[in-house]
Amino acid sequence: MNAAPPSPTAVTEPLLDVRGVTLQYKTKAHLVTATYRVSFTVYPGDRFVLLGPSGCGKSTLLKAVGGYLTPIEGEMRLKGRPILRPGSDRMMVFQEFDQLLPWKTVLENVLFALTSTGRLRGAAALDRARAYLDKVNLGKFLHSYPHTLSGGMKQRVAIARGMAMEPDILLMDEPFAALDALTRRKMQDELLRLWDETRFTVLFVTHGIDEAVKIGNRILLLSPHPGQVKAELNSVVDLTDSGAAAKLERRIHDMLFNDRVESPGNSEAISHA
Amino acid sequence: MLAGASRPEWVREDAMSEDFGVVEKPITWWERVWNNGAVRKAVILILLALAWEIYARRVNNALTFPTFSSTVEALWDGAVHGNLLTRLLFSLKVLLMGYGLGIALAALLSTLAISFRLGNDLLETLTAMFSPLPAIALLPLSLIWFGLGNGSLVFVLVHSVLWPVALNTHSGFRAVSNTLRMVGKNYGLRGFGYVAKILIPAAFPNILSGLKIGWAFAWRTLIAAELIFGVSSGTGGLGWYILENKTQLEIANVFAGLLTVILIGLVVENGVFRVIEQRTVRRWGMQA
Ligand SMILES: Nc1ncnc2c1ncn2[C@@H]1O[C@H](COP(=O)(O)OP(=O)(O)O)[C@@H](O)[C@H]1O
Ligand SMILES: [Mg+2]
Repeated sequence: MNAAPPSPTAVTEPLLDVRGVTLQYKTKAHLVTATYRVSFTVYPGDRFVLLGPSGCGKSTLLKAVGGYLTPIEGEMRLKGRPILRPGSDRMMVFQEFDQLLPWKTVLENVLFALTSTGRLRGAAALDRARAYLDKVNLGKFLHSYPHTLSGGMKQRVAIARGMAMEPDILLMDEPFAALDALTRRKMQDELLRLWDETRFTVLFVTHGIDEAVKIGNRILLLSPHPGQVKAELNSVVDLTDSGAAAKLERRIHDMLFNDRVESPGNSEAISHA
Repeated sequence: MLAGASRPEWVREDAMSEDFGVVEKPITWWERVWNNGAVRKAVILILLALAWEIYARRVNNALTFPTFSSTVEALWDGAVHGNLLTRLLFSLKVLLMGYGLGIALAALLSTLAISFRLGNDLLETLTAMFSPLPAIALLPLSLIWFGLGNGSLVFVLVHSVLWPVALNTHSGFRAVSNTLRMVGKNYGLRGFGYVAKILIPAAFPNILSGLKIGWAFAWRTLIAAELIFGVSSGTGGLGWYILENKTQLEIANVFAGLLTVILIGLVVENGVFRVIEQRTVRRWGMQA
């Protein structure tokens, strides 16, 4: 039932191919360029992280992959097909706690995703929804309404909902940013455990260097507004090796800071985000 | 140097549960009864009825201000022996027709308004034009167009229901958070499915208040229209009942007619709208 680990041949086939994508917002007064000619490639099973300071266009980029925005330049392909509109082959997990439908219980929220997209029906949908809610330890809260849950539990429902759809790629926009530090750590560990179990592909947005190093296997570094690719790095393989993680964090930190060296006194950087 | 650095640390052992004394204690039956909103409201109603009775007895003029008890008596008499119930049923039938049609049109208009920019302009223009127009002012025109039947009543009712419901629904749709919209789109929902499965439930608090306002407007319009319009094809409604009894100086019956309108209002508010509210927006935590 779960997504099979990527076969060796599939690894050479990119799952998501983003090429030279420029994204703009048209407001009444301005034309805001959010990202400029961003390119990257995500392979099946990747935990691909978009890292950059606040306002550099990470959310915009993710929304474009989600199909909510059309690039004015460049192209995006999922499994070789151009991305034209939102669809359930790319499930979004947002930062906001109000992403669950408040009029549906925890179980119904997951079920609704499965049935309204025609993914599964009846008993099969029910089994799938229960299985994924069990995975995120919410088996006891199936019939609770979202407003009775804590922030962390709501995010777990949203993650279960996204995973239950077994999409080609899971798009997560700072899903843990609004949580307290303790819960955030726990959720990060949980996400990695879930990934170990099912090996889904995830595109994960964050402004936290430590979170990027922890979650990702590959990190795309974006420069401040408008977002441009600064580097694409491999994360550490062994998370228990805290020395290696610290070194990588340091390196990323320096890369982002060095940009601002020309303007001394202006010390705002990613840690601000 | 920190001020408290020399203070010793300490760790507290868990207290035995029997040390807590009372942790949970059942509230008294009196508190429980008073916590019931229906009981509190019933008390208010009883007090109002009492005030009415006392005042009317002091006025002591059955032609201008009958007592509460004689009004209730007249209500009972009218319902059992008279034609109050047939009048009421007639009014309710017309009311529900107008209300239902008004809601259907409001749903159509607000769906158009949220789906197309031109639909939005249409709704805004129409509500700006017609919302301030009293339904009664349309009655003469309505009589010319639809004649002396129920048609003209339904027409003015639709007018009085449509705009407040459409306006509330539309502002509810627009207040739906961007995140929820994106979730709906993520499921590939579009057009009618998107409106029915995402927008309507998400905007339900606003829709419900629109429905309440629409219901009140409909009653007002109907009774007023019947007072002017009189009787059509042999049967009249509550408004006609009130007018008829006034000309015959059966003032207690006039009061009974008005009391009926009030009672229906109370029943619908507490029996229908409140139940819907409790089962929907309150259960979902969308309204306190
Ligand atoms: N709806 C919008 N309209 C206009 N400008 C926007 C909108 N959303 C974001 N922006 C602008 O686009 C840039 C990138 O925003 P965003 O993608 O949200 O950044 P991030 O997620 O990296 O913090 C910012 O400068 C922001 O002000
Ligand atoms: Mg963002």
